Amino acid sequence: MSTPQPPMPQTAPEWQAAESGYTSPIPVVRTHLGHAIASEWTKIRSVRSTMWTLGVFVLLVVGIGLMTGLVIAGQDADLGGESPLGLGFFGLLLGSMCLITLGVLTTASEYGTGMIRTTMVACPSRARVLAAKAIVFFLVAFVVTLVSATLIGMLHVAMLEGNGAKDPSGGEWLKGTVGVSLYLALLGTLSLAVGSLIRHSAGAITIMIGVLLAPLVVALFMFSDSLRDVQQALFEYSIPNQMSVFYANSLSESGPSGWDPVLIMLCITGVALGAAFAVQESRDV
Amino acid sequence: MIEAVGLTKRYGDKTAVYDLSFQVRPGAVTGFLGPNGSGKSTTMRMILGLDNPSAGHVTINGYPYRRLPNAARHVGALLDAKAVHGGRSARNHLLCLAQMSGIPARRVDEVLGVVGLHEVARKRSKGFSLGMGQRLGIAAALLGDPQVLLFDEPVNGLDPEGILWVRNLMKSLAAEGRTVFVSSHLMSEMALTADHLIVIGRGRLLADMSVKDFIAANSAGFARVRTPDTEPQAREKLSAALTEAGGHVLPEQDGALRVTGLPLPRISDIAHDNDVRLWELSPHQASLEEAYMRMTQSAVDYRSTTDQKAGLQQPLPPGALPPVPVPGQGQPGWYPPPPPQQGQPYAPAQAPAGTPAANPYAQPAGQPGQQAPQAPAAPAAPPANAPSADDLTKPEDAR
Repeated sequence: MSTPQPPMPQTAPEWQAAESGYTSPIPVVRTHLGHAIASEWTKIRSVRSTMWTLGVFVLLVVGIGLMTGLVIAGQDADLGGESPLGLGFFGLLLGSMCLITLGVLTTASEYGTGMIRTTMVACPSRARVLAAKAIVFFLVAFVVTLVSATLIGMLHVAMLEGNGAKDPSGGEWLKGTVGVSLYLALLGTLSLAVGSLIRHSAGAITIMIGVLLAPLVVALFMFSDSLRDVQQALFEYSIPNQMSVFYANSLSESGPSGWDPVLIMLCITGVALGAAFAVQESRDV
Repeated sequence: MIEAVGLTKRYGDKTAVYDLSFQVRPGAVTGFLGPNGSGKSTTMRMILGLDNPSAGHVTINGYPYRRLPNAARHVGALLDAKAVHGGRSARNHLLCLAQMSGIPARRVDEVLGVVGLHEVARKRSKGFSLGMGQRLGIAAALLGDPQVLLFDEPVNGLDPEGILWVRNLMKSLAAEGRTVFVSSHLMSEMALTADHLIVIGRGRLLADMSVKDFIAANSAGFARVRTPDTEPQAREKLSAALTEAGGHVLPEQDGALRVTGLPLPRISDIAHDNDVRLWELSPHQASLEEAYMRMTQSAVDYRSTTDQKAGLQQPLPPGALPPVPVPGQGQPGWYPPPPPQQGQPYAPAQAPAGTPAANPYAQPAGQPGQQAPQAPAAPAAPPANAPSADDLTKPEDAR
């Protein structure tokens, strides 16, 4: 009992002062979306799954593209005035699975590891976090797809000059590179939104692969005449067919054409992202 | 300053937290105790805006967490050390958090140094031990140099050196005027670290008072009296005399007596009057653990039972005695009897003899009894004696 009484009365005012509390010497800045984007960029580049999925993506697009190109060039086949850009389609179709995986992982892996709680404590504005994730992922996916598609397109044009392939026009180049890249980046962003909604990596990836393949598979087994229209619509609006629209070698002549697929995917992704924004606001993390 | 008012959280028909109101003040370490599943983590998540309360609200410095401008610069939290992406290096993990709040990148290296992880800064956190993960979590909490800090089980998995470090860290953070709110199961640790306690059980507030008051209110100190082993009749005699004098006597296993309700000098006088020699007469102050166990006895959801191994045991050989169970296990009455109404039964009330009686904080003996566990309805009252927390513990150490 060596502590005398005097300190006691002083504590109350001290506390009043302490309400405003300890002040950090580090200046407090006003944070905005830019900070979250910088943070998400650090996140996406600092995990191996990004390198793996994007590496496999480039490998698939360039590898399969090169093989098809070599096979056709080796067989002296005649393309009969077709655009050689369409040969890149198969690689991109398979590669889209990688983008789906990466998109889902960008959000769902945070929920899986619990990192999301750390993130939400660091930035309680959940909308800002999701927006930053979507922007960073979209840009990464777009740039990587654009580079791969352009590279394989140029290789195909160079390889198949002697096989009767026509020289693609500027519009065809734009659709075969920027168009398809926009489409795939949006597809990946849709996966990101689904990952945020489902919060479970495996579940979200399964759903997205179902979205990618199910319409085609289901349509294959619709033999009944009464279902002819449904079958047709499923074919035309299946993701592989929408992708092939960019190369004008669509499975059917009606259905989406030109830049329609980008618009369709933009709407779907917008709706999914909107749902993800709305749901995460009220949900417990 | 954290302030919860009527905080309630329901998951379906299960109520995890019910009508919890408390304040956590700056300048002190406030311990947050409760059995497993009592709602500690849920409460912490609600404070941090991760879970939305079903009713009531909680604010930090007057704002709900999600409305705080640049929250990470005001509040730092260690919730779950495993809440990191294992594939990311420690430095990148902290860097992405720093960027989120506009904290300069060199601060990352600073906190890595503070928690002693600078050598493994570039290693993936997947390979970290429990203790290293805990250090990384503490680094994340310290990153924004915040005024308010929340730690959920910070010493989990730390080595003794780490535990000592965390203890001193908490105290120094509080001494700088910050609000420090720590949950823990380790009572011995809390007794050393915390100034103030908030105890919950089954999601309800059980106590909100200083550590010293808490111990005084929830467990009796006792005197251990040992008579010469060679004279069993002296023990009987003394025991009867003490009971007659109003004491409560419990025999201990090794032949000593556990006496409550009588001050030490009185016990000595009685022994002298009855012509009984004493080998031991020692005061025992109940520990925080004891006080805590008593308070939460009825609020424990997950209770262990003695392993019966029914039907699996070999029949005992003739003449052999069954093994004596370890004292305390599965025995509800192991902890000392409840304190008499007046709180402290013996010495402690008299020990601070030199203290001026005018000191309002030197007489908490009666108070805690009133505001203690039975009254979860009066959680707003404690602030009055809360300031004493710091100063009550100091003299304790000095003795």
